[in-house]
Amino acid sequence: MTTDNSHEEFQPGLKDIISAKVSRRGVFAGIGGLGAAAFLASCGSGGSSSSGGEALRWGNWPLYLDFDEKTKKYPTLEAFIKKTGIETKYFEDYNDNDEFFGKVQAQLKLKKDIGYDIVTPTDWMAARWIRLGYTQKFDGANIPNASNILDTLASPSFDPSREQTLPWQGIMSGFGWNVQKNPKGIRTIEDLFAPQNKGKIVVLSELRDTIGVILLSQGVDVTTVTEDQYMNAVDFMEGKISDGWIRGVKGNEYAEDLTSGDATAVIGWSGDMFILASENEGKFDFAIPESGGTISSDNFVIPYTVGADAKANAEKMINYYYDPAVAAEVAAYVNYVCPVKGAQAEMEKIDPDLAKSEYIFPTDKTMKNLNVFRALTTDEETSWTEAFQKAAGN
Amino acid sequence: MGKIRTPYLLLLPGFGFLFTFFILPIINLAQTSTQTRVSGGDTGQYEQTLRFTNYLDAFVENKEQFGRSFLYAIIATVLALAIAYPLAYAIAFKAGKYKNLLLVLVVAPFFTSFLLRTIAWKQILGEEGFVVPTLRSLGIISESTTLTSTSFAVVMGMTYNFLPFMTLPLFASIDRIDPRTLEASGDLYANGLTTFRRVTLPLSMPGVVAGTLLTFIPAAGDYVNAAILGNPNTKMLGNVIESRYFKIVDYPTAAALSFTLMAAILILVTLYIRKAGTEELV
Repeated sequence: MTTDNSHEEFQPGLKDIISAKVSRRGVFAGIGGLGAAAFLASCGSGGSSSSGGEALRWGNWPLYLDFDEKTKKYPTLEAFIKKTGIETKYFEDYNDNDEFFGKVQAQLKLKKDIGYDIVTPTDWMAARWIRLGYTQKFDGANIPNASNILDTLASPSFDPSREQTLPWQGIMSGFGWNVQKNPKGIRTIEDLFAPQNKGKIVVLSELRDTIGVILLSQGVDVTTVTEDQYMNAVDFMEGKISDGWIRGVKGNEYAEDLTSGDATAVIGWSGDMFILASENEGKFDFAIPESGGTISSDNFVIPYTVGADAKANAEKMINYYYDPAVAAEVAAYVNYVCPVKGAQAEMEKIDPDLAKSEYIFPTDKTMKNLNVFRALTTDEETSWTEAFQKAAGN
Repeated sequence: MGKIRTPYLLLLPGFGFLFTFFILPIINLAQTSTQTRVSGGDTGQYEQTLRFTNYLDAFVENKEQFGRSFLYAIIATVLALAIAYPLAYAIAFKAGKYKNLLLVLVVAPFFTSFLLRTIAWKQILGEEGFVVPTLRSLGIISESTTLTSTSFAVVMGMTYNFLPFMTLPLFASIDRIDPRTLEASGDLYANGLTTFRRVTLPLSMPGVVAGTLLTFIPAAGDYVNAAILGNPNTKMLGNVIESRYFKIVDYPTAAALSFTLMAAILILVTLYIRKAGTEELV
């Protein structure tokens, strides 16, 4: 009989609330990963550079903002427009970090308008944007609510004082498993590579998450990881692939493999596992490894191509979403880690059950066990990605 | 004068299209393939250094996936031929009034996206599909054997996806065969097998050549089947190119690999057509 608290806390009890939703990382399963979307999107986005009177343009991942099926509108965004009078256009066309970068890079290089005043790349991609000088520093006076950011997320190495990025939602990675095949659950890397999972393990194609979890299991601090340590972990993964333990290195498609029974244990993302667990009551579970999991965020970023007026409007919008009450409303829909302090208290008013969800509001204990992978230099990014891709057979 | 110019004028749109969407990208790709990284430069920054060793490096590093691409493509082509020939033959000679219906059925999969059809295969061969439990209960495969994420699944997916490309040209060729030639063969005391070998097969060769080319060429460059139905040890060259281009942002290697793949296919196809005879294509 195993009664582990952290295990219990991840059990879903919110089926009805989220049953109709799909995780944002699950929507473009396959397509984004195959780069097909990149080809479709490669036409680029024209449009004039935004100035004073024009609408604010926000490009975000699909299904990543509260949406009212009946009115076909985004309630929190509507409220923002009503409150501030800032006309805002919302585009759900950030489907994949690599693909989006490929789409806008040419325009960014030439400092031409990319068609968005605000976008939400994942940490490492935001770090790349900063490195390439494609971002702008926020005007702190416009975002007083920025102080509401969770301590864990307040000083990532790529933007230590959060001057040009602010998290939109946080994503935890850890172990996901089929409860029937792993009745005792998975807490350590040894549990993951247990005989019953041989050949049925899928790990994430996001190297910071998969290698991050492996590194942590080897006692390496991912905030200071060296090249040797990293390559060592990649070798470990490669060995597990050639020995037939790992059947795939995939994006969100691992969720399909879990439901089809082809995978029994994964290194996966919290939001996906939340959806899986609630759609198949009790069949799947998720936990942060005892040795630690990784947390990353998708971040608000204002491209350096954006004019002063639009930038100020974008900052007002960021500020609005850092209001705990608004953040709670968004979190109730998206079910990823809410980066805003005080949102939990606000959630109590909306839905007391959700306020207890470890998926949205990890406890301090869990938070302490989550790590942000350090920013990589350009050279590292290339050679580390190459090593990872090669280990994955590419 | 006017009469001479007209055909060339009519060709202009075609030339224009090919120039813009084929020749120009090819030139661009060729330029990219010999570039190297700007030292200390940012992600995706490359400069022209005419480094032709890029080709050698790219080939040596990925020869495994190279070999696999051609091996899988050849197996899939042979399997598709083995399946499509009797099918095309039956539709052409034995289907009677159902001929058109059967042809529509052959083309029907095209009404659905290639991607969706491949994902469907993943479910068919999956643990909870009907194939695996059936084979297990019959004792053909063991409890621990799985079908998805295997080279078997990749080749099956390729065979399935390219089957119509094989069937249609075969049908077109076989359908043109005058049945009286088969009767004549019988009248000359040839048995069924001899008639097939000496009459039907030679007359259907244009279809065989066209079908195998239409199957082999896209199959060798395919990466969708390996990505969806394979595992890390069944990756093909297309997967490497995709990863180099989008994930590693290594445009020169991706370009060099694309060119090498094109050249290899071109050589193989040329040899094949020489062997089969160019006149068979028309």
